[in-house]
Amino acid sequence: MSEPTSSPRLTALHKIHEEAGATLVDFAGWLMPLRYGSETAEHKAVREAAGLFDLSHMGEIRLTGPQADQALDHALAGYLSKLKVGRARYTMITAEDGGVLDDLIVYRLGEREYLVVANAANVSVVASALTERAAGFDVEVVDESPEYSLIAIQGPRAVEILAPLTDADLDEIRYFAGYEHTVAGVPVLLARTGYTGEDGFEIFVKPADRAPEIWSALISGGADLGLVPAGLSARDTLRMEAGMPLYGQELTSDLTPFDAGLGRVVRLDKSGDFVGRAALEEASRTARDKRLVGFVARGRRPLRKGQDVLRDGSVVGTITSGAPSPTLGRPIAMAYVDGDLDTTTGTFTVDVRGRGEEVDVVELPFYKRRS
Amino acid sequence: MSVPTELGYTAKHEWVAVEDGIATVGITAFAAESLGDIVFVETPSVGDEVTAGETAGEVESTKSVSDIYSPVSGEVVEVNETLEDSPETINSAPFEGGWLFKVRFSEEPADLLSAEEYTKLTEGEN
Repeated sequence: MSEPTSSPRLTALHKIHEEAGATLVDFAGWLMPLRYGSETAEHKAVREAAGLFDLSHMGEIRLTGPQADQALDHALAGYLSKLKVGRARYTMITAEDGGVLDDLIVYRLGEREYLVVANAANVSVVASALTERAAGFDVEVVDESPEYSLIAIQGPRAVEILAPLTDADLDEIRYFAGYEHTVAGVPVLLARTGYTGEDGFEIFVKPADRAPEIWSALISGGADLGLVPAGLSARDTLRMEAGMPLYGQELTSDLTPFDAGLGRVVRLDKSGDFVGRAALEEASRTARDKRLVGFVARGRRPLRKGQDVLRDGSVVGTITSGAPSPTLGRPIAMAYVDGDLDTTTGTFTVDVRGRGEEVDVVELPFYKRRS
Repeated sequence: MSVPTELGYTAKHEWVAVEDGIATVGITAFAAESLGDIVFVETPSVGDEVTAGETAGEVESTKSVSDIYSPVSGEVVEVNETLEDSPETINSAPFEGGWLFKVRFSEEPADLLSAEEYTKLTEGEN
């Protein structure tokens, strides 16, 4: 849970967003850009050129010590001791009952050093769970979130825009890898990760207040190549098209990673006990109650979170995320349906405020970039 | 933000142009800008009776659904059919190509705000 505060926190890039005319919203206790102009244009820029995102609300928790690897194997669903230095892994932290507390990206910065990146709304939950679970190990857990800014550059032209501004040979940075480099002369952790379905980089900046130098250098260098600042609205439609889950929507503490179709992140093959193992072993063996399915609407009326999905008039599920898809030009949605539901037959509709909007079942993701 | 002086306005961000007993209704540039990209519009149908102050349709943007309130009472005589395929016209030309529907009214619409009054209202909301 985020701490109750009277006014939302500002990122180091706040002034830049205001000057760019951004519409700002309170998101998980932070005042963040929702959009700068047209969110559809921002979305398309990321698919066709590149977009720049302020993600400084995300949390960064550092684990340092000789047993950092074992502490993470115990605390998380993933097999982090197997992670090579310089690489990153998508993983989850679950409760003892297997329910998802957050989805995470973990970077191995050194033999004895990891950086855990958590969702803004879950930072304190994740930081306290890691501290508690690491208690028996020789490791120090520090929530460094306030010290970091995070900038993402995403899109097919990200490499071209970033290359002249960094000392890194970007061809050497594989997907899900991250190393210490400089961008615009500022030392950063430069990672090839993202949440848009495009190629791109996430730039971890410490101290946080050096982020404006990087942001301005990227915008000046990239504007001619189509780089635009992009807000949370575009980020949400981009990740939805890419079929990526969002914590609080597709992932909650009531669901296991298996429910979300992400059982692959649970490494039951790792040695030793870990938090949630018994429940997750059980979940891996039993049939799932729910299954995540993609829908595309035939009409134009947007599908939204919370709306019921019906097959031949009977409710079979609920939408967790829905939006108009700029790439498909039609509304899309992800929904949990009954685990044993046969989605290959019947007529599917979504109840949009009393109207049955016809939808078709599709394979996730809705969009996959050409590689 | 543009607020044409020849139009009347409501506190719920509709604009009205009155000519020869017909009121043309739309939503303001301020409303369109606040909603973000408009992706779907539901207007009343020709022949429908609308009542001043009551809902007469919906505008959906990427993130939200908003009701449209009719500023006048009367019979709908025309709807902007181009919005079905190009709802984004409301963002690009809210006071022109983005009009929503036309109403033949029995009484002149009452209690409309002037451009000046409406501008003051939106400044308060900013």
